[in-house]
Amino acid sequence: MPSERASEREPGRLSAPRPSLGRRLRGRQDVNLWFWVFVGPFVIGLVVFVYVPIVWSIYLSFFNAYNTVTPTEFVGAGNYLDMLRDPAFRSSLLTFVAFAVFIVPTTFVISLGAALLVARTRVMQSFFRSVFFLPTACSYVVAALIWKMSIFSGIRSGLANAVLGWFGIDSVPWLSLADPPWYWLVIVTARLWLQVGFYMILFLAGIQRISPTLYEAAAIDGAEGWKVFRHITFPQLRATSTAVLLLLLVNAFQAFDEFYNILSTFGTYPPYARPPLVYLYYTALGSGQDFGHGSAGAVILTLIIAIVAVVQGRVLRLGDRGE
Amino acid sequence: MAIVRSRKQSRVVGWARYSALVVAALLFLVPFYLLVRSAFMREQDLGSPDFHWLPPVWETSNLTGLFDNPAIPMARSLLNSGLIAVTQTVGVLVISGLAGYGLARIPYRWSNTVFYSIVATLLIPAAVTFVPSFVLVSTLGWISTLRGLIIPGLFQALATFLFRQFFLGFPKEIEEAAFIDGLGYWGTFWRIVVPNSLGFVAAIGTITFIGTWNAFLWPLVIGRDQESWTVQIALSTFLTAQSVQVSQLFMAALVAIFPLLLMFLFLQRWIVEGVERTGIAGD
Repeated sequence: MPSERASEREPGRLSAPRPSLGRRLRGRQDVNLWFWVFVGPFVIGLVVFVYVPIVWSIYLSFFNAYNTVTPTEFVGAGNYLDMLRDPAFRSSLLTFVAFAVFIVPTTFVISLGAALLVARTRVMQSFFRSVFFLPTACSYVVAALIWKMSIFSGIRSGLANAVLGWFGIDSVPWLSLADPPWYWLVIVTARLWLQVGFYMILFLAGIQRISPTLYEAAAIDGAEGWKVFRHITFPQLRATSTAVLLLLLVNAFQAFDEFYNILSTFGTYPPYARPPLVYLYYTALGSGQDFGHGSAGAVILTLIIAIVAVVQGRVLRLGDRGE
Repeated sequence: MAIVRSRKQSRVVGWARYSALVVAALLFLVPFYLLVRSAFMREQDLGSPDFHWLPPVWETSNLTGLFDNPAIPMARSLLNSGLIAVTQTVGVLVISGLAGYGLARIPYRWSNTVFYSIVATLLIPAAVTFVPSFVLVSTLGWISTLRGLIIPGLFQALATFLFRQFFLGFPKEIEEAAFIDGLGYWGTFWRIVVPNSLGFVAAIGTITFIGTWNAFLWPLVIGRDQESWTVQIALSTFLTAQSVQVSQLFMAALVAIFPLLLMFLFLQRWIVEGVERTGIAGD
């Protein structure tokens, strides 16, 4: 059919041999060709820059690979056993758990609270939404700078210590001591400030999808305030909540920027408070360039995060069925 | 909302809600205020034991000094960040847009297999692959080059996934009309589909730009030489080494977030849509 159209438009041409050629080109092969014209560049890039490195890394994880990416000394599962035995690696996993215990619930509650407040507001709604969302424009480096050098600088002119001073409380060395671990407060609040707006937007989108008739029905039944939230808003946000929780966990697992920028001073990172990626960074790319152990660590972390994602999906879905 | 309440009670609730919002909003603005204040303070005022609400003297020479200071490659790192963010955004939009359309619309026999092998990579957290990716890029000899900073980031499975989902919902009748008119897949995509999808393209584009401009781990791993630093790496280097004036450091940070603040002022609608699209893809 397309060839008929073409010959209508170009009456001067002899159309006898052309349609058959055109039809042949527009056959199945044509579809195959066009598919790869569209999808090919992406697939090639994905293979070269994602699949090849992953396979190569799994290969490296079975070798002794200091400073080399073409190792010869096969060590079997040795690197994996070393990593699992390494107290520094295990403590990095504990650091992640401690961090997640702080950051996941607080971000969840505060961003949901902000979304609920903003959603009910008529006057200046977009202003408040913008204010909470604005920190998303900030990088972790900039936030780390503000937190480290201004709010939580150990001296009196830092905001936190200035506020304490108004109440006659002594200055706190927020970052220079390992015990008590005040640095957790610095790290958690920085990430909270950066992330709350992002998740608030997700909750707001979820809230706007809830049908108004549900609220009308609740109002007729005399429900209001907390009851409406408990029986309508929160259950209706189940899909959003599940997605937010998973994102929060995965992001906490990948925390690197704020730890690196807030805690390392004069180019050295303290031996404590190293989450998995910081540990991996110093193992694989530090002075040792230990790609074997670094790759084994990356594989272990990938497996952990996959298991966490699957388990979390199961648990939340089971809860769904129970209701 | 049609919730019936006594007038007095609803007024109390309304006031409580507004007070909470105002307090929270002020708290969220404090870091920005401190950034701007400190950027215009003199070094001796920043180091003094007293907290200053406003700079005792507004020091604008921090800005000029920043670009004159030979120790800080500010102009170069801003240029690098701009180049990387623009090329990566355009590249991701073209590469993932094409791939998403092909996956959504071209009836190739193995289309689903290709799609699932793309989605599978979404399960692997990107940050964990920095060790293998570094190994590959160093083998290619791309350490400390713009190539090494840009090219590996051009192939975003999430963007391709989102484009495919979006194009699946594109009204098919319009495309069929174009196709019958002899435009073919290529012409239909560029002349009909893209011009009618600019909102979605803007959403993915802004979110990609912000992510690239603010990226840290990959530029840290690849940008070893000073000439290849992005602005984030320059800031981080001086922050962790504490080797420059603090007031100049704050000015540098203010300069570094300025382009994104402008984006938030003018393109917030698309950024919000981009957040909604990318965030909800998690489930």
